[in-house]
Amino acid sequence: MQQIINYMIKNSTKLLFLLLLGISLLLTIQSHSYHRSKVINSANTISGGVYERISSFKDYLSLKSENEGLATENARLKSLLYNQKDTLKVVFKNQLALESDYKVIQSKIIKNSYNIQENFLTINSGTIAGVKPDMGVVNSKGIIGIIDVSLEKYATVRSVLNTQTKINAKVKKSNHFGTLTWNGRNAGNVQLIDVPRLATVKRGDTIVTGAQSIFPENINVGVISKIYVDKKSNLFTMDVKLFNDMTSINHVYVIENKNREEILELESLKQ
Amino acid sequence: MNSTLLLNSARFVLLLFFQVILFDQIGFQKFINPYPYILFILLYPVNSNKSGLLFASFILGLLMDMFSDSGGVHAAACVTLAYFRPTFFKFTFGLSYEYQTVRINDRLTPERFSFLLISILTHHLILFILEIFKFSFVFDILIRTLLSSIFTLLFCIIIIYLLKPVRK
Repeated sequence: MQQIINYMIKNSTKLLFLLLLGISLLLTIQSHSYHRSKVINSANTISGGVYERISSFKDYLSLKSENEGLATENARLKSLLYNQKDTLKVVFKNQLALESDYKVIQSKIIKNSYNIQENFLTINSGTIAGVKPDMGVVNSKGIIGIIDVSLEKYATVRSVLNTQTKINAKVKKSNHFGTLTWNGRNAGNVQLIDVPRLATVKRGDTIVTGAQSIFPENINVGVISKIYVDKKSNLFTMDVKLFNDMTSINHVYVIENKNREEILELESLKQ
Repeated sequence: MNSTLLLNSARFVLLLFFQVILFDQIGFQKFINPYPYILFILLYPVNSNKSGLLFASFILGLLMDMFSDSGGVHAAACVTLAYFRPTFFKFTFGLSYEYQTVRINDRLTPERFSFLLISILTHHLILFILEIFKFSFVFDILIRTLLSSIFTLLFCIIIIYLLKPVRK
């Protein structure tokens, strides 16, 4: 016993080093697996507050382009509204669908990241605003990511540019489904994998989100820029050029699917 | 003693602050992210408590991880750097470094330069290996380590020169 204590006193620095290294490696490995939310995240008050300050400062630099973007989106929505043939019927249907299925929360990106393999963004609304994990995040051009951790005032978003992210998507024209992933190489391109060889696709086809679970159906993702056959699975893999420029995003919408719990419950029953 | 503690605390806070609001925002290209915050570990007094340094580096790394949502990669790299710092001292300044008064924040000599270089390369290599965590990206890891190290070194030297105490 005496010897053990002596050894520990003699090597206290080494033991402390191993302990601290162990803790940090544990946190690292945990952060690389999808199903566990991170313990150390930037959604807390300190880092969230700092990032909010930085972002409010940087906003002045992009006021003009941001305003133009919002005006363009308004124009697009207005044109949708004015060009409806049977105004009454469609509005009624849309309202019903929106009110019963989806809730949209307005938010803003305060920390962006796009140059590593596993990118996380931070937004300035949290549980107070009703943001919960596994909600979809989109902006006017297309999808951004999925909520990872949500604390009181801030939340972190798992970006589409994260090698762990998997999103259900489809080819808009032919309704063939695939999985949207990222290979970690190019911030402008994501990959749509496991599309059946039967699908007739060509370069320039639009990719949208698939069956409604996290995201509503038919939200824009990008256009196909390259098609090739995966050697292992013998299925199509496509490079998809995102509509969004992930390096400059600001205002976003968080989408809550009110039926998600029911869908998950059903899916778990089936297994 | 007290002023040393105060100086190091101030360095800790200021370096972290400027890392988050300035150097993290740079993002020149995909491959270049300078991390001059590790200057805290490099400039820590040579003959002071080792456990204290280890613990401070761990907290520093953990705070960096909190800001960059990276799990524990900064903490692991910082703790390793802090632990091997005496070895690097021995390697660059010779065996008797403990009896001399080694000052890193002074005129740039080959010894000081090689100490900075080895420390930064070690830290960045561990950081990027843990951050990317995939064997298929070996080339990415190496090129990012190399390019980021060059920029970190550059910023470190600039900061050291800016903060150099006035000679009496």
